[in-house]
Amino acid sequence: MHQPIKFYQTGTHTIGNRLLKPEQRTVQSDRGRSNSLNCGHRACQGCGEALGARYAIDAAMDATRRQLIAANATGCLEVFSTPYPESSWQIPWLHSLFGNAAAVATGMAAAMKVKNRSDVRVIAQGGDGGTTDIGLGGLSGMFERNDDVLYICYDNEAYMNTGVQRSSATPPAARTATTAAVGDEPGNVFGQGKDMPAIAMAHGIPYVATATVADLHDLEDKVAKAIAIRGAKYIHIFVPCPLGWGAAAHDTIRLARLAKETGIFPVFEAERGEVTGVLRIRRKTPVEEYLKPQRRFAHLFAPTPRPDVIARIQAIADRNIRRYGLLDEGAR
Amino acid sequence: MQKPFAVTLDPGSSRANHTGSWRTSRPVYVDNLPPCNGACPAGENIQAWLFHAEAGAYEAAWRVLVRDNPFPAIMGRVCYHPCEGACNRRKLDEPVGINSVERFLGDEAIRRGWKFDAPAASSGKRVLVVGAGPSGLAAAYHLAMLGHRVTIREAGPLAGGMMRFGIPKYRLQRDVLDAEVHRILELGVELVLNSKVEDIIEAIKDGGFDAAFLAVGAHIARRAYIPAGDAVRVLDAVSVLRGLEGEERPMLGRRVVVYGGGNTAIDMARTAKRLGATEALIVYRRTREKMPAHDFEVEEALQEGVMIRWLSTIRQAGSQGITLEKMVLDEKGFPQPTGELETIAADSVVLALGQDVDLSLLDKVPGLEIVDGVVKVGSDMMTRHPGLFAGGDMVPSERTVTVAVGHGKKAARHIDAWLRGRTYAPAPKHADATFERLNAWYYSDAPKTVRPMLDLIRRQSTFDEVQGALDESTALFEARRCLSCGNCFECDNCYGVCPDSAVIKLGPGERYRFDYDYCKGCGICAEECPCGAISMIPEDI
Repeated sequence: MHQPIKFYQTGTHTIGNRLLKPEQRTVQSDRGRSNSLNCGHRACQGCGEALGARYAIDAAMDATRRQLIAANATGCLEVFSTPYPESSWQIPWLHSLFGNAAAVATGMAAAMKVKNRSDVRVIAQGGDGGTTDIGLGGLSGMFERNDDVLYICYDNEAYMNTGVQRSSATPPAARTATTAAVGDEPGNVFGQGKDMPAIAMAHGIPYVATATVADLHDLEDKVAKAIAIRGAKYIHIFVPCPLGWGAAAHDTIRLARLAKETGIFPVFEAERGEVTGVLRIRRKTPVEEYLKPQRRFAHLFAPTPRPDVIARIQAIADRNIRRYGLLDEGAR
Repeated sequence: MQKPFAVTLDPGSSRANHTGSWRTSRPVYVDNLPPCNGACPAGENIQAWLFHAEAGAYEAAWRVLVRDNPFPAIMGRVCYHPCEGACNRRKLDEPVGINSVERFLGDEAIRRGWKFDAPAASSGKRVLVVGAGPSGLAAAYHLAMLGHRVTIREAGPLAGGMMRFGIPKYRLQRDVLDAEVHRILELGVELVLNSKVEDIIEAIKDGGFDAAFLAVGAHIARRAYIPAGDAVRVLDAVSVLRGLEGEERPMLGRRVVVYGGGNTAIDMARTAKRLGATEALIVYRRTREKMPAHDFEVEEALQEGVMIRWLSTIRQAGSQGITLEKMVLDEKGFPQPTGELETIAADSVVLALGQDVDLSLLDKVPGLEIVDGVVKVGSDMMTRHPGLFAGGDMVPSERTVTVAVGHGKKAARHIDAWLRGRTYAPAPKHADATFERLNAWYYSDAPKTVRPMLDLIRRQSTFDEVQGALDESTALFEARRCLSCGNCFECDNCYGVCPDSAVIKLGPGERYRFDYDYCKGCGICAEECPCGAISMIPEDI
């Protein structure tokens, strides 16, 4: 973890910084980064998932000296990266089904063990649909067996490539194709959905972390830390979706930053079920700032403003802040 | 190729898919004018030298700085730093302490004995500079660097002009002045002291000069008629301050009244305190808001016990002291007398009511335009007389050292072009780098480093320097507070945040290039650029 030792103009907020020592710089700032997810992929303009995947896999490639295999669940990431016969992946990469990425990765890890290739590390990755809904059984098994796999979930909070249907990661009040903004309680219901990082932690696996595409240093540190651990690891990366959220393509990182700064998305890490570190909120922001730029929440502001609903969302953010100590002095 | 079951095509890379065709607007790198650079009267490229200072490359920083201004150590002491007033960082916390970093660089250069780069090849041309003040010295420096032979004729016994004979030592120590003047003379500039030019046309002809730059300054104190008896001495600030350069200690007495509201009045009152006056009172006819003196100097003077009487004029100086008349501001903001009088005890009155220019050397030059006692010059700093240029306090402008230095540089560039039969056209200015274009999230939080100040008691009794310097670590900290507004500082944000890997990093100092084959035009790079160096422009579709 990076400690601000001295003052370096932008410190570790920017991707690179010529004033930092080379070992403090990010993988992404390196001209020789592996670009695991290459140009020409067909993700929408400003895709947070494409960005998050390159951040995470490049970091893992760097940490494993490029000895890495990945299994991929069905979803946007798979669809936009590999329209037959092209591929954007510059790593050994395998797609099987929507719900079996964790199981496929378990098999890969077993194969590497049999072949005595302990240097090769295995990643499974998928979106929130493939992780929290369709693949949860297999993933839970992977956790329970403590298989030597790093599972990365890119969370854009709905089924985007099929047309923005609700998933169990869709936030309350959000409008999707299946949660219309009508009635007294417009959009997705409150009180449902799955807190996937908490579910992972409940398995007591060696390492669980959350991250966003707005803080690259933190994200890369967590991937590098996770991939070095033997056993089951889970990283949940928050990746805004301009299309599905009805946000401007250029606001992807800004929205991820606001999700963290409002407390909507707590950024933390946990070992064997215990929270060991949180990323502190730097500029505490009311949730409106986060909700307003997204059309999926537009019905909370017009034609009839719904301060009551916004207050309930604020309460969720406040609970996160309390629960994880996101404003505590001790936090990073 | 033998293909597996059901496979008919060879595997290909997605690079075959040129997603750049999706784009409706494209990012372009821009360079905008940072407010500090825009505000600098000497035209320094402040952001560029801070860039080197940020990395601890102080000599490189100094070399960039002296391309525009040969006096960093002097500037770091006497400049009123309009750069800091314009600095975008003031909207975040406090402006970058540009002036203190400049002083640090200037002092480092003196301490380490850095010399200027070698001048350009000799042009064979000779230029006469009249006056060895900041403007004349700056012009001489730039002309010498451009390859011309320069002779400076100075009426006084020492070089420096108002930097020596106007600015008190507690603001500018003379060894600093001497060091920076000496470095210019080392370029081969000839300095002739005690050599007043009586007739400029004759001086040019006799000396065989190809052009001349006049910067004689404004040394004649403006007087006001004050009926005076014998008890109170009436002096002028210019003479008193000049006298301090010699052994002379002017007899000011214990109660000194300074009349005027400019920086000279403040300098004078603070000097009187240091010379042993128990009371130093500034009398000014308008209010503090209307005072031309810079606010921080007024503040420092007040700290040192200088008193100021606002909205007052001096009616007469008699045997009982001086008589003040109270003023009020009319609706236009001009002071009007009230007839309300008050007599206060005083031993001397020092007039600091502004200065005029001795233009006698121009008496025989035909066709000059003289307005309000100063010489009009064109945008190329040339008077109406071909080959005769002028700058500093003798032309219409704000009278500060930095403005004078800026005139010297500007004039030198035009003189150089004129001597070579060309015209000098400065590069067009970039658009302003506004605060709104920054993404301030990315900058670390860091308030300004405060410069140490001399103890008050020593400020009241000695001419020791009042404002101290930053040390290396604090100067580095201060430099790193720069936001690099409007110009890429290679933070790699665009290179990192592009979801399409469509930014190509070209390596240190080379910045980046967009790969328009793949850029989809999402605009994240422009949004997340800390310094606003990327603009999105619509594509022609």
